[in-house]
Amino acid sequence: MTADSTTTKLKTIESVRDDIAERRTTALAVVEEFYARIKKEDAEIGAFLTFSEDRAMAQVERIHRLAVDGKPLPPLAGVPVAIKDVMVTRGVRTTAGSKILEHFVPPYDCTAVARLEAAGAVVLGKLNCDEFAMGSSTENSAYRPVRNPRDKTRVPGGSSGGSAAAVAAGMAVATLGSDTGGSIRQPASFCGVVGLKPTYGRVSRYGLIAFASSLDHIGPFANTVKDAALVLRTIAGRDAMDATSAEVPVPDYVSALEQPLKAATDTASGRITGNDKLRVGVAKEYFGSGLDAEVRAAVEAAIQKLASLGCEIVPVSLPHTKFAIPAYYIVATAEASANLARYDGVRYGFRARPARTLSEMYRETRDGGFGMEVKRRIMLGTYALSAGYYDAYYLKAQKVRTLLTRDFDDAFKKVDVIAAPTAPTAAFKLGEKVDDPLAMYLADIYTVTANLAGIPGISVPCGETREGLPIGLQIFGRHFDEATVLRVAHAYERAAQSA
Amino acid sequence: MKVSEQDVAYVAELANLELTADERVRMLRDLNSILEYVERLNGLDTTNVEPMAQVSDRYGVDVSRQGTERFAYASREDIKEGLRPSLPHQEAIENAPETDGTFFEVPKVIER
Repeated sequence: MTADSTTTKLKTIESVRDDIAERRTTALAVVEEFYARIKKEDAEIGAFLTFSEDRAMAQVERIHRLAVDGKPLPPLAGVPVAIKDVMVTRGVRTTAGSKILEHFVPPYDCTAVARLEAAGAVVLGKLNCDEFAMGSSTENSAYRPVRNPRDKTRVPGGSSGGSAAAVAAGMAVATLGSDTGGSIRQPASFCGVVGLKPTYGRVSRYGLIAFASSLDHIGPFANTVKDAALVLRTIAGRDAMDATSAEVPVPDYVSALEQPLKAATDTASGRITGNDKLRVGVAKEYFGSGLDAEVRAAVEAAIQKLASLGCEIVPVSLPHTKFAIPAYYIVATAEASANLARYDGVRYGFRARPARTLSEMYRETRDGGFGMEVKRRIMLGTYALSAGYYDAYYLKAQKVRTLLTRDFDDAFKKVDVIAAPTAPTAAFKLGEKVDDPLAMYLADIYTVTANLAGIPGISVPCGETREGLPIGLQIFGRHFDEATVLRVAHAYERAAQSA
Repeated sequence: MKVSEQDVAYVAELANLELTADERVRMLRDLNSILEYVERLNGLDTTNVEPMAQVSDRYGVDVSRQGTERFAYASREDIKEGLRPSLPHQEAIENAPETDGTFFEVPKVIER
């Protein structure tokens, strides 16, 4: 990665907060600077769908009061952030990238967003994405495609393409995305930023518009691993509003970064007391055919770098990996077909008019409100759940999910983290896969496994192709061991930048 | 071809979708292509493998208990402040395409 121009000009959470705390700038000046950059850059990129200036200015006022009164500033004070438009925001239009929610103004806030604001962050607006987070290129947005800031003829990845592009283009210091099959990690890889999918249950899903509830996760995008750790620390932890959010203590992910690169002795706190080498697993199943040669070379070099930092590289096997995509697309679409049944034109969202009967109203509303990929997934999921096919498809896929999860359980008995490519290729061209759903699904081949198993995974930049396109190194960890995942990613990032 | 035109029509009806003629043609092609790929799951023996519906039953569960007691960590008692008030009525109908101010309005369901 060219550590020069991109990383030095981009601001970090701490630099923004400290500049405000030490009166080198004001929260207002920071927000105005970011809105000015968005105005200049985003016409071409298309990351933002909606701006939340009123909300941003109210927050700026709060931070300003604290600063003027000399009160301590919260950890994200004045930090400009933006939110994928699948998380509801009270009083700020939330579309999920779909026409069916074009005019939807939610009456409540997503927990993760509320926690960011409580920590002082300033929400600039809502970010473009594939409709209902269904896609791997952000071309399924009902509004407009997003262009990759690193090469505007290419996709930013998806479904959180707006979240990745906004950080990469310096239009927000950090953003939130959602990841159901790779939708944080793959766009992070394509845009050359850091993207983290936490453990299932680590971050509340309250207020996340549901796609596939057992696979959906909220997580951060940032320019540095440390910033991703800061955001995770802010949004993680039990929330009474989400019964699947886990009652597991949240360690200080930021101080965990500075721990030595040794095996964690206490994964709950991330504390290192022993002197055992940290073991990095490498699974051959993630380096098979279909992996681009340049991506392979960059990821292998990154793994060598981890070895040179004192990690032990251990071959592991994840034998069911080749079944992950088919199992994922059955489980995810089955859950989606149930979750999206709520869009019926009655309580909120678009309604087709005029309709003679209730069932005609339902059908015409959904026909007119949903895009092709959403309909395709609803159809596939409905088919997989329908009488006569349930056992053959849905139940079968759930059993394969068990086997895939056991693969990771076995591997993590031998290693502390697993390193792999995030995506099989660098960013592809706009329009390249848009008419071939299966080819698009295969862009998620290295990421869906972590969703099925619920383990954490991060994508951190690890070089570029000859054409200058970013490549991502993916690091998986044990359930609730984000501390080790972040520590390894941070050590790699530091070594790669000083090289 | 696993999926027929009739299947597409039937599943669309189950899913409350109408689909244009063109969309039905694409759907037939795409569903068959995806399901053909999914067929590879059948090459895997899953006898005696438990299905996995969600991740969260893998942790936080009190394995010594039965039924919903196992999921005590997710019980409502953890709402310390007690039951929350519901969304105010006006806010709840604010986003509805058609209301009479009190109820959601829909086309007539019963013909007389």
